[in-house]
This record gives sequence, structure tokens and C-alpha cells, in this order.
Amino acid sequence: MKAPSRVREMPILRVIARALVPVILLFGLYVQFHGDFGPGGGFQAGVIFAAGLIIFALVFGGEALRQVVPVVLTERLMAAGVLLYGAVGVVAMFLGGEFLNYSALDPLTTGHHGQHLGIIVIELGVGIAVAATIMRVYYAFVGRRPDEDGTDADPALDTGAGGEAS
Amino acid sequence: MPPVELLLMLLLLATVVVVARLKDLFAAAMLTGIASLLAAGLFVLMDAVDVAFTEAAVGAGVSTVLFLGALSLTSRREKQERTRILPILIVVATGAALIYGTWDMPAYGDPDAVIHHHLAPELIAETEKKIHIPNIVTAILASFRGYDTFGEVVVIFTAGVGVALLLGGLGLRRRDSDGEEQS
Repeated sequence: MKAPSRVREMPILRVIARALVPVILLFGLYVQFHGDFGPGGGFQAGVIFAAGLIIFALVFGGEALRQVVPVVLTERLMAAGVLLYGAVGVVAMFLGGEFLNYSALDPLTTGHHGQHLGIIVIELGVGIAVAATIMRVYYAFVGRRPDEDGTDADPALDTGAGGEAS
Repeated sequence: MPPVELLLMLLLLATVVVVARLKDLFAAAMLTGIASLLAAGLFVLMDAVDVAFTEAAVGAGVSTVLFLGALSLTSRREKQERTRILPILIVVATGAALIYGTWDMPAYGDPDAVIHHHLAPELIAETEKKIHIPNIVTAILASFRGYDTFGEVVVIFTAGVGVALLLGGLGLRRRDSDGEEQS
């Protein structure tokens, strides 16, 4: 029997990816929301989350991932993350503080609840922007096909671009 | 240098030398991933766990995939080229200058180093009282340096927009012209 030539026909990889991807995504969320207490934060969380989704695309095909996370969604989330961060600063201004002065978000206490709230929200903005940007860059790289006029591209190096065989 | 760090450092050195000499681009791409993983291990040993997260996920994970994606568009082997002397000289001179620059740096973990006496004691003592979260790194990056971090997010956003515009991939234009999303 011929060995499967493509990654996504190999049962061991499929089973392991099916088990690992949810754990990676959960770990990304943990790094995101536990960033105030442990190592990590929005950037690391966004990268881990995107890497988990990319593993999914490598094994199950890019088309499967684009059904979960469409290209347009990544473009909107890139902007949404930056806007969420900026919005925290603007809200702080409306509440009487300076731009990005999180203490103003909580005028009733001495400000440490505001600091906590502000940090959680801006880290969420960072995480969303980073994850969406990495997904968009991944789509841009693997979405390109070899030129029609016969380059010597190696079809074995399938990084989940096409999905024509899935 | 402790033995584990020495081992990782030697493995890292061997990996990058092999990457520079390999003609097989697929193997070179995989080895750059391994080099990033070794670097991430070094960062963990230096207690920079957040940097290690980033290095492992971006360097070993995502960028290896991007290398492979680019490789699927081109040839798997590097074209044979004769060795040029001038680039080697420039690289060796730059490397020597960088190593010469490290001679003035304090030893790793030196408690008398300037960086441990300028702002760090004040930040370690005051951050938790001011911000009320235990992770000082997060507090400094997100609150004290909120402007910088905002700028970094804008940089990442700009980079993503630039890649999307230059490489396009599955961007809007193709979908408009075909009426359906190609792949």
C-alpha cells in the first residue's frame, strides 16, 4: 500500500491535531486572561491562538479553516483590536483622565480597579489584533499559487493553501 | 556558563551554521524552526518566559509555516552560486564588532549592573501598590507604557495591512472579479 503523500491523509496526524488544537486554543486564552498574574499577555496569547488555528489548517486544509475564520473576518478583527485599545484611551478621556490613564475608568475608588479593567481590555485588544494579523499574513502567504507558466514548485510542500484535495 | 545553557548555545550555533551552508531549502526552513526552539529554551533558562512564548510560537511555529508556504511557490533547492568573498568579509566584520561591543556589557545576572540600580528597584517596590496586579511586566507594558504598547499594536496592524496589500492572497480583489472565492 502506498504511503499517504499528503499530510492531511495521515491518520496519526489528524487524530493528534484533533486532540491538540483545542488545548492550544485554550492555552492561548489562559495566557490572554491570566496575563496580569502569570507570564504572558495579549501578544503571546494572540500568537499562540493563531498558531493553533494554523495547525488546524495544516492538517485539515486551508479551506476548512477559512470556513471557521474567513479572510474578511481577520481583516475586520485586525482593525477591531487596534480600535478596542484606542477606545479604552478615549473612554478614559471622557471620564476625566488622560488618554490611556486607566485609573480614570473607575472614579469611585483610588483607581486600582480601573487599572485592572483597563489592562484586561487593552490586552484583549492586543490579542485580537495580533491573532488576526498573523492569520491574515498566513492567508496571504499560502493563498498564492505558483505561476501558470511552469515553475518547478514542489507540490509535496503543502501548507494548507489550496484545499483542492480535502 | 551552566552546562544546560552551554549545550543549548552550542546546538544553536551548530544549527545556524548548518542552515547557512545547506542548499536544500526545505531542510533549512525546518532547521530555522529548530534554531528558534533552542533560542526559546535559552530564554526560559534566563527567566524570560514571555519572550520564550513568543519565540516558540512565532519563530518555531508560524514563521516556519510561512517559509514553507513561500517554498511551495519556488524551487526546493538553492541555485548553485560561486562563493563571494565580500559578503563574507562584511558579515564577519559586523559579527566581530558586535562581539567586541559585548565586552563592555556587565556579566549576565551581575547584581551591580547599572540596569538593576536605575529604575528597577523603584518599579519593583511601587508597581504593585500603584497598579495592583502582581505581574510587573504586564503592569509596566500595559499601563506605564500604554502609549508604547498602543504604538506597537498599530505597527503590527500596519504590517498586516502591508502584507495583505502586497501579497493579497485571498483578498477582496479576486473575490470581486470572480464572484466566488477561489482557492
